[in-house]
Amino acid sequence: MAEDTPIIQGAVCPTPLPHRNQVVLGHGSGGRLSQRLIEQIFLPAFRNTALLAGDDSAVIQIPHDGCNRLAFSTDSHVVWPLFFPGGDIGRLAVCGTVNDLSMVGASPLYLTAGFILEEGLLISDLERIVHSMQVAAEEAGILIIAGDTKVVQRGKADGVYINTAGVGVIDEAINISGRFASPGDVVILSGSIGDHGIAVLQARGDLGFEAQIESDVAPLNHLTRQMLEVCPQIHVLRDPTRGGLATTLNEIARQSQVGILIDESAVLVKPAVASACEMLGFDPFYVANEGKLIAILPESTADEVIELMRRTPLGKEAVAIGRIVPLHPGKVLLKTSLGSTRILDSLSGEMLPRIC
Amino acid sequence: MKYQQEFRDAGLAHSIVQEIRRTVTRSWVLMEICGGQTHAIMRYGLDQLLPEEIELVHGPGCPVCVTSLELVDKALEIASQPGVIFTSYGDMLRVPGSGRDLFSVRAAGGDIRVVYSPLDAIQIARENPDKQIVFFAIGFETTAPANAMSVLQAKSLGLSNYSVLVSHVRVPPAMQAILSSPYNRVQGFLAAGHVCAVMGYWEYPPLSEQFKAPIVVTGFEPVDILQGILVTVRQLEQGKFEVDNAYPRIVSYEGNLPAQAVINRVFTTCDRKWRGIGLIPASGWCLRSEFSHFDAESRFAVSQIQPEESPICIAGQILQGMKKPGQCPAFGSLCTPESPLGATMVSSEGACAAYYRYSSQAAGLMTQE
Amino acid sequence: MCLGIPGKIIEIYDANGLMMGKVDFGGVTREACLAYVPEAIIGDYTLIHVGFALSIISEQEARETLELIQQIADLNSEIGPESTVFEQV
Repeated sequence: MAEDTPIIQGAVCPTPLPHRNQVVLGHGSGGRLSQRLIEQIFLPAFRNTALLAGDDSAVIQIPHDGCNRLAFSTDSHVVWPLFFPGGDIGRLAVCGTVNDLSMVGASPLYLTAGFILEEGLLISDLERIVHSMQVAAEEAGILIIAGDTKVVQRGKADGVYINTAGVGVIDEAINISGRFASPGDVVILSGSIGDHGIAVLQARGDLGFEAQIESDVAPLNHLTRQMLEVCPQIHVLRDPTRGGLATTLNEIARQSQVGILIDESAVLVKPAVASACEMLGFDPFYVANEGKLIAILPESTADEVIELMRRTPLGKEAVAIGRIVPLHPGKVLLKTSLGSTRILDSLSGEMLPRIC
Repeated sequence: MKYQQEFRDAGLAHSIVQEIRRTVTRSWVLMEICGGQTHAIMRYGLDQLLPEEIELVHGPGCPVCVTSLELVDKALEIASQPGVIFTSYGDMLRVPGSGRDLFSVRAAGGDIRVVYSPLDAIQIARENPDKQIVFFAIGFETTAPANAMSVLQAKSLGLSNYSVLVSHVRVPPAMQAILSSPYNRVQGFLAAGHVCAVMGYWEYPPLSEQFKAPIVVTGFEPVDILQGILVTVRQLEQGKFEVDNAYPRIVSYEGNLPAQAVINRVFTTCDRKWRGIGLIPASGWCLRSEFSHFDAESRFAVSQIQPEESPICIAGQILQGMKKPGQCPAFGSLCTPESPLGATMVSSEGACAAYYRYSSQAAGLMTQE
Repeated sequence: MCLGIPGKIIEIYDANGLMMGKVDFGGVTREACLAYVPEAIIGDYTLIHVGFALSIISEQEARETLELIQQIADLNSEIGPESTVFEQV
């Protein structure tokens, strides 16, 4: 009988586990686990007064000297894999919204970040992502002042989905829109195309190729600000993200009801990106970019702007790639390396590797 | 890249075009049967550079476009079955069956994966022993050695969960069918360079002899295509009808013998229905009976398919070079790349898609710069 | 058909009974099956289609083709350029 007596060490109360390694559903319930997530991960990274106030909304001053309008934008990011050469979903989220604001000539000021976390996401991965967002925010000179976190069951999100919304101010002298491209204007591209899309594809691993290609994801607001200082009469700014350069040019051609003529030989494609596209049957003109912009501006200002861009880190390879023409409104034409001319259409549907 | 840039040189291309202009004295109709060549011609605007006397007609060279509607419908049915991982080359995903495509099957929960190589499908089969992996083995002779090897690999690795849905088509019977047609206008052929890399060009002399049409093995870069056209036009002007090789750095007369051996080991000739054209006897390859247990058509009980083609789509006439995409009443309106009625608009190599995307003439504009 | 591009063999090995290789496409590398070019050696350029090498590219033939075309180009410059579409673009 004595051998069966259990050894009692005293009553043990089953307190909930702290869950330090992985995200669990409790992290999204608004209780202590949620609070811990905010205190241990988000606040230390996005350290600023508005966020630290801990209220339901961030309260901020909007500077308005010389600015008569606000710009407002939102974007959701669902990229897979979460980490890829040159960046991650966090950097993508911050730069994406900063760039959207920059493309209407705004100076971005504040971002919000909403997270949908998948149960099972490693906390260390979340920390990496949040840290990357802060680095990108500092690069851009903006503050992340409000956020939200929800957790969904395993399988209902690819690790994490992030939504960012952002606000910026626009100087009254600036008037930028996809509707303002004018015949005679020059089209400038800030650098090589296709880097981001191919970097992500490569990181995904499904197509089995290896390449030293990095995403170009970067905040473009300093570049646009400097460009606008030199040339406030820039008519159009846009970043060629999903759908690539071709789709973006088509959007502008339609919005402005003008024709666009592009010189294929002027458009820069990194050799490894070109090779990857050749192998899979992709056209670099349709591959996403996350750190490049198109500027459409009066011919008289083009040289000066290009020269300025080339003195900046993100515009070193800026080049004029084409013109706005008073012909074939809404259509983009491409002069090939052989001198013939063909239509450069928008991307339709998904870009698929081909065997033909 | 070596062996690419040199054959894209604008100066060389210009010179060949000039030589073609100098050589040509009357109109000629040339056909290429190769989606890749159609794509290259449109992408570089080669048809614009050629003299008006040369008419380039695009034949049924896109294996995606010519895969029969019945087979696409069978693929959709197999892909919809639970426990199946359906693997395919990318271009097939958009091809419309009778009412839906692989994209819609995926949206409804089907496990459909794009693979770059059939060996990737084999790998998926090894990693998922509890699932059935089906590979959509389409293509011309170029792709047959790869598809065949996957079957041999499945056999040697003992993969009982791998099967192939075969839709191989052969070029020579298609050329024969086109040349024999009473409506044929084609006078010279550019033979598909990579098909010939596998098969050689020993199959063509009887054809050129019978139909008095020159057949010239042609590559894919702009300089290669223009050179192929030049050699064909020279023959036509001289009244010759021989088989010539304008792609000798890749293609030899006998072709790739190990590849042909594997094709013959795994496949046998059979009749094949070409979408938009109809049945061409002995124009396809099917699995030999020894490998019949790898045939997805028998492994999966697929119901009787009643395929429904769009009544407006004239892909068949386009594939045979009888009409141009611009002559189709639905072109650009009811039928666009976003909402294709037929396969020639779906595949980026299909003549209709190529015209829609690239051809300034088709859109009624030419730059006046 | 047939998206085939040239790639340089940088490694050769055996996998699952097949002769395989690592191929370099100008900065991008991928595995390809070399079973159909059994005589290939490291440094050879091959035509790759859907992950299979179908042909070893002949440097000599490539050079001869380019020389042939260059002769046409030289002849053209001797004769003098005819008006072509290029001058109008």
